[in-house]
Amino acid sequence: MNKIPHALSLGISLALLWLLLSGHYTVLLLALGLGSVLLVVYLGRRMDVIDHEGHPIHLKFKPTLFYWVWLLKEIIIANIDVSRRILSLRSDISPTVVKVKSSQKTTVGRVIYANSITLTPGTVSMSIDDDLILVHALSAEGAAALDEGKMDRHISMIEEDY
Amino acid sequence: MNHVVDILSWSCLLAGAFFLLIGVIGLLRFPDFFTRLHAASVIETLGSLLIVTGLALQAEQALVIVKLILLIVFIMFTSPTAAHALAKAALHGKLEPVTSTEDNN
Amino acid sequence: MFAAAMIAILLAMFMSLCRALLGPTLYDRLLAVNVLGTITVLFIAVFGFLTGRPEFLDIGLAYALINFIATIAVLKFFEYRDMGRATEEELDI
Repeated sequence: MNKIPHALSLGISLALLWLLLSGHYTVLLLALGLGSVLLVVYLGRRMDVIDHEGHPIHLKFKPTLFYWVWLLKEIIIANIDVSRRILSLRSDISPTVVKVKSSQKTTVGRVIYANSITLTPGTVSMSIDDDLILVHALSAEGAAALDEGKMDRHISMIEEDY
Repeated sequence: MNHVVDILSWSCLLAGAFFLLIGVIGLLRFPDFFTRLHAASVIETLGSLLIVTGLALQAEQALVIVKLILLIVFIMFTSPTAAHALAKAALHGKLEPVTSTEDNN
Repeated sequence: MFAAAMIAILLAMFMSLCRALLGPTLYDRLLAVNVLGTITVLFIAVFGFLTGRPEFLDIGLAYALINFIATIAVLKFFEYRDMGRATEEELDI
């Protein structure tokens, strides 16, 4: 597999980060920045982490942005639900452990799914076993909502066949 | 115009502080480790998101806003990974999650 | 208004510290420390605005990343009692 584009994209994003955060544009500091960018890319290559998993530039751009906005909405709804359960005087939680099936074909897709589950309050992914994700949910309703697979379908949309 | 932005940023800050407090109340109140993870994610998602938005509305330079966006992106990317690692380690360490069928508190 | 947010953040820090001290398991303490780290990042950011020096955000950015790495490293140590080492094949490279 060709890994040059991933190394290039990592290098460019690191260089942009340096230029943004440093704020000093003298020859010495720019040279230091170039040195650190090259060092990081070299170390990444040596550790064999620069590939489509470490730097997923193959994901579709527009659906990813759309997915983030959708995820933000879900996070806000889930936050309000969990906050209500925290503040309610009588105990209003029913912790459940469920296995959720993920329909993503690639590892990156599954990782995005598991991370999105964890990022949404009320559900935490505990372990991934092939295409089954073990999920701990704060309430039985939350587990049922996850089982409908809405989030799963959204992620399958941004995933491109690799 | 300035007043509108001020009021918006103040309400974001106050709402963020409110969700922060709710999160730590949950952290203290919930019965077992796995349920406390959910309370912690309230702090790490909406609590920090609202506070950072409130700060971004008060920022005067564009660079500050970019840094705040970077900050929230870092928090949003690292916090689920840390939560997942914690849950996995707890499961690995033979910590059984309490489920509602055994105990309702 | 920054001061009001500051008071809430300090209160939240204190309460998460309580959870870290109460335990009862190791994972509860680690979770509380991780949350404390996140709140500290917000504290640094708000403090920078309170004192009119947004440069504090750079420290907050670094702290957010260090907080994550610290949690993962401590977890890895307690999960496997080991920080990991290169296997025989990897050493040959």
